[in-house]
Amino acid sequence: MEGDIAEMGKFIGVGLTAIGMGGAAMGVGNIAGNYLSGALRNPSAAPGQQAMLFVGIAFAEALGIFSFLVALLLMFAV
Amino acid sequence: MEEIEASGTGMPQLDITTFSNQIFWLVVTLVVLFYIMSRVALPRVAAVLADRRGTITSDIAAAEDYKLRAQEAEAAYNKALADARVEAQSIIDAAKAEMQEELDQQIAKANAEIAAKSSESERRIREIRDSAMEMVTQVSKDATGDIVEAFGVPAEASRIDEAVSARLKGGAA
Amino acid sequence: MDQFEVKALFGGDVSWYTPTNVTLWMALTVVAASALMIFGARGRAIIPTRAQSAAEMTYGFVYKMVEDVAGHDAVRFFPHVFTVFMFVLFANLLGLIPFAFTTTSHIAVTAVLALTVFLSVTALGFILNGPKFLGLFWVSSAPLALRPALAVIELISYFARPVSHSIRLAGAMMAGHAVAKVFAGFASALGAAFFVPVLAVTALYALELLVAVIQAYVFTILTCVYLRDALHPSH
Repeated sequence: MEGDIAEMGKFIGVGLTAIGMGGAAMGVGNIAGNYLSGALRNPSAAPGQQAMLFVGIAFAEALGIFSFLVALLLMFAV
Repeated sequence: MEEIEASGTGMPQLDITTFSNQIFWLVVTLVVLFYIMSRVALPRVAAVLADRRGTITSDIAAAEDYKLRAQEAEAAYNKALADARVEAQSIIDAAKAEMQEELDQQIAKANAEIAAKSSESERRIREIRDSAMEMVTQVSKDATGDIVEAFGVPAEASRIDEAVSARLKGGAA
Repeated sequence: MDQFEVKALFGGDVSWYTPTNVTLWMALTVVAASALMIFGARGRAIIPTRAQSAAEMTYGFVYKMVEDVAGHDAVRFFPHVFTVFMFVLFANLLGLIPFAFTTTSHIAVTAVLALTVFLSVTALGFILNGPKFLGLFWVSSAPLALRPALAVIELISYFARPVSHSIRLAGAMMAGHAVAKVFAGFASALGAAFFVPVLAVTALYALELLVAVIQAYVFTILTCVYLRDALHPSH
């Protein structure tokens, strides 16, 4: 019984980490949207900033991946 | 997910017993890859790229040279054309002048001939008229002498001449 | 999760020198990278073949990235950056082959890669700039009162670099493969409607191809960013 409750808590925690994905999605969407609106205002400057776009997306995405990592750790390591 | 539970080790990534193995082989791989890339692959690609850049630059230079030469050739051609035109014009002018001169000569010659011929003709016409007049005078005199003789008067040649001449002159006048 | 397990190739226990599937797939990575860069470019033609222009494009891509991001004087580290790029790119791509082992999905591998970059860049910064390298943490454009606080933040973010650098790559690779595995598990569970998860896995596979290349790109460009900080700490 006690083990079942611990298991349940584990699954609830893992499920909650999926909320982190939403944050990463907002961040990536924000970066991509702002890049697009900037690129539409000044298309000639857009190609030069593509590297920065990918770096920014990578940073935002990394945080979503951290939540995934926490989920995995809870699921298998704890 | 069942098989994960069954394996019981959890995440293979967190199994630290395999870390030393992975790290060892990673270091070996990176060193090997670094030597292959920096000693063999990258110098080759760089050489090819430099080669191509050199070829392209020299080709562009050659093209530039050819263009320059084409421009020079065009300029020379235009100059030759202009020269030829000028020369042709001078030849035409010379020919025209020569022809004009010859024409003038011919015209002058023809004029002279015509003038000579017409004066000759005039002279002959005058001669003919004169001789005709002479003959008229003679005939008149002869006829007058005959007529006077027919009247039975002895013809005095000098008087008849005088009379006829006076008459003719008056008639002519 | 058994796709991530490290197994000895010829049986037996895994000790530090045992040839394992890690060895095999890392060796294949070296072979693939060398095949592209050496056999692809072996024609050395002025007008390149397809393989040769792929090799030249890879070269030019990384070269331009180093030059643009890390600066002109970072070009002497181009072979190092290129090695990292080729390793990560081909490890990611080869990992997408079904039944393959993805070396970059292991935190041990990416942590060593990131730590190598971190330590060599830090050492380089101190060798080239001496104590002036610490100016990286002293934000001279900020008001004087704020600078100690900013220095602490900068220091923490500096030491967080290898952590995020390695976990990003390993996490992205692991996540993709785990999700593909979950969808594939659905296919056998759903029976007649198996084609729905199969289509999903197909779409996911295309996304994973993109992620594999982008993660290699991001790993390399972050290496270049760190390199720029080491070469020009005042910026």
